[in-house]
Amino acid sequence: MARFLVKRLFSATLTLFAVSVLSFLMFFALPRDPVTGMCPKNCNPERLERVRQELGLRDPLISQYAGYMKGIVTGRDLGSAQGGRCDAPCLGWSYVSNEAVSDTIARVLPVTLSIVVPAAVLWLLLGVGLGVVSALRRGTWLDRAAIGFSLAGASLQLYFVGAVLLLVFVYTLRWLPVPSYTPLLDDPVRWASGLVLAWLALAFLFSAIYARLSRAQMLETLSEDFVRTARAKGLSQPTVYGRHALRAAITPVVTIAGLDVGGALGGTVITETTFGLNGMGRTAVDAVRAGDLPTIMATVLIAAVFVVLANVLVDLLYAAIDPRVRLR
Amino acid sequence: MDSPQAAPPGPPDAHPDAPGTPDDRRPAVPQPRVDDEPYLRVDDLRVRFDTADGVVRAVDGVSFTVRRGRTLGIVGESGSGKSVTSLAVLGLHDPRRSTVTGRITVGGRQLVGLPEDRIRRLRGRDVAMIFQDPLSALHPYYTVGRQIAEAYRVHHPRAGRRAARTRAVDMLDRVGIPQPARRYDQYPHEFSGGMRQRAMIAMALVNDPALIIADEPTTALDVTVQAQILDLLADLQAEFHTAIVLITHDLGVVAQVTDDVLVMYAGRVVEQGSATQVLRRAQHPYTWGLLSSVPSLHGDPDADLVPIPGNPPSLIHLPPGCAFHPRCRYAGDRSRAEVPRLVPTGADGHLVACHLPPDERTRLAAGALSERRLP
Ligand SMILES: Nc1ncnc2c1ncn2[C@@H]1O[C@H](COP(=O)(O)OP(=O)(O)OP(=O)(O)O)[C@@H](O)[C@H]1O
Ligand code: SF4
Ligand SMILES: [Mg+2]
Repeated sequence: MARFLVKRLFSATLTLFAVSVLSFLMFFALPRDPVTGMCPKNCNPERLERVRQELGLRDPLISQYAGYMKGIVTGRDLGSAQGGRCDAPCLGWSYVSNEAVSDTIARVLPVTLSIVVPAAVLWLLLGVGLGVVSALRRGTWLDRAAIGFSLAGASLQLYFVGAVLLLVFVYTLRWLPVPSYTPLLDDPVRWASGLVLAWLALAFLFSAIYARLSRAQMLETLSEDFVRTARAKGLSQPTVYGRHALRAAITPVVTIAGLDVGGALGGTVITETTFGLNGMGRTAVDAVRAGDLPTIMATVLIAAVFVVLANVLVDLLYAAIDPRVRLR
Repeated sequence: MDSPQAAPPGPPDAHPDAPGTPDDRRPAVPQPRVDDEPYLRVDDLRVRFDTADGVVRAVDGVSFTVRRGRTLGIVGESGSGKSVTSLAVLGLHDPRRSTVTGRITVGGRQLVGLPEDRIRRLRGRDVAMIFQDPLSALHPYYTVGRQIAEAYRVHHPRAGRRAARTRAVDMLDRVGIPQPARRYDQYPHEFSGGMRQRAMIAMALVNDPALIIADEPTTALDVTVQAQILDLLADLQAEFHTAIVLITHDLGVVAQVTDDVLVMYAGRVVEQGSATQVLRRAQHPYTWGLLSSVPSLHGDPDADLVPIPGNPPSLIHLPPGCAFHPRCRYAGDRSRAEVPRLVPTGADGHLVACHLPPDERTRLAAGALSERRLP
């Protein structure tokens, strides 16, 4: 177990290292001069040159990269034009927003977390619940309704669902305020009421996928020999379905959920755009539009961290669920 | 050769009862280890499945009885309805997808049509089941011990965790698993095939059931382990006075451990009698076929194996008349038109469903069986 963790964390670090090198090379070594994109209006050659110096673009690539990584770990001094001392984890300075990238991230990451985590809880409960119930009631109207729901969820687009939700609950019924982000600790009620539509939209689309997946898994498990054994022992139906069938059926669902959540934490662009919330996804897209390289680099790195961590976590969960899996 | 005097050893009332003579109880003769009243009585059992392709008649009018302390073997090719019959005894068919009719009486209680909750209390307590492949029949995510303890606790709600554990360790010990306390905490995949089947038996026995249904319990095991498991079952049967229904493809196993035999074909019983009657004086062409398609029961390596030609019929469109007629070399016009009824052969308790005239059948039987140099 400990050995597994060390090994996985080591390979996770390697993966992240590779991602960082690649994104660094892509953004800083491209033929296009990044400075032109960053320079405010009225750039003259001297000014451009000064910015290049400040960014360290005249240094060899290796030392630029080393500087960047050192900034993440220990912080570094970026020079007066870039806000001076930049504390760890220093992700550089954005000329576009005129602030340290880590400050931008600190502002937008909680938004994405607040969207994704509750939505994931909802979509898992709803999706797995629906899938399991429709498997147990296979062929009934309930099952058919659940299948219809999954089909709708799979074929509708988020911006459409989002627009309908906004139209109904915000602009017609006026039950909810226009979506916005309030930190949870400032005002939990406003936090929830500002985000609930985003949760619902995400949960609807994802739970459709999870309902289908867990229905199929459950049906497969119900035909397993060990479920028949459980019934032959005289166990009650809830025990047979819950303790024996669901336990086995849920494993692949957990795996996919871990990866989905990990991916979503890197940014939910469409959701954020549809509901006008400023999270990681929109920040990344805006940075790409503005050619804001340090911000792009930071969002790519953070998304990669989430995906890699989710992978490690899924492996751990898998081993916790299935004793046949040996963590080596 | 087929005279009633040639009936096998054992008390005469130990034979399966003939259908049509539902109550043939004789005056009680004191018989130490064999009960007078059958523990399990199945009368005219029919199981149908409604599928997209049509109605599958998986079991079509099967009757038999088993007394405590006795073993009934059910044999037949794949798909003949052996497992469906045994699952029906436990009421394990999904009522939404199947129709079960007839009467199944376990220890005096009639089960067909009872609500799930009533039947459930019998399962694992009065009637326990052992399945073919213990690896897939045990839950991969729970320890072996926990699964046995769970089987105990569901019928002993007042037993605590500790008591259930002690009981499970005892059972593991009793079925010959070394270091039972350590094995308790291991998972099925950490057991060998034979040990898993022993654990499965421990689980079946944990509530002292009066009846055990073993559905091909040794098919997945190699030959030496197979013999050990059969010995174990026989020992436990002697100790607990259990009735056993043993389903198998293997006529060698039947010869070794069963008292009575039921031969099934396409959901119907085609022959029924004591093990000696069915194995040594078989009267049905299908049974002859089965006997010729297995190695000699004495393991004679020179014997030619003759598989039964053709395949079992579709249970949705059964051939008219005798369902075996498309594969039977003795089939006549009557075989194609009329379903043969299960009738006594003359030997006590020996029944056969075939239109061949008795004397001709006896003549053919002698030929068919000597061809094979059967024991
Ligand atoms: N739930 C079901 N739905 C439809 N058909 C079924 C169902 N269960 C069994 N059958 C059919 O009933 C027939 C008898 O099956 P059964 O499992 O009893 O055979 P078996 O004699 O045990 O064979 P085997 O030796 O292969 O175990 C088969 O043709 C099978 O396809
Ligand atoms: S009834 Fe006819 S077809 Fe059926 S087993 Fe007897 S001889 Fe063969
Ligand atoms: Mg079977």
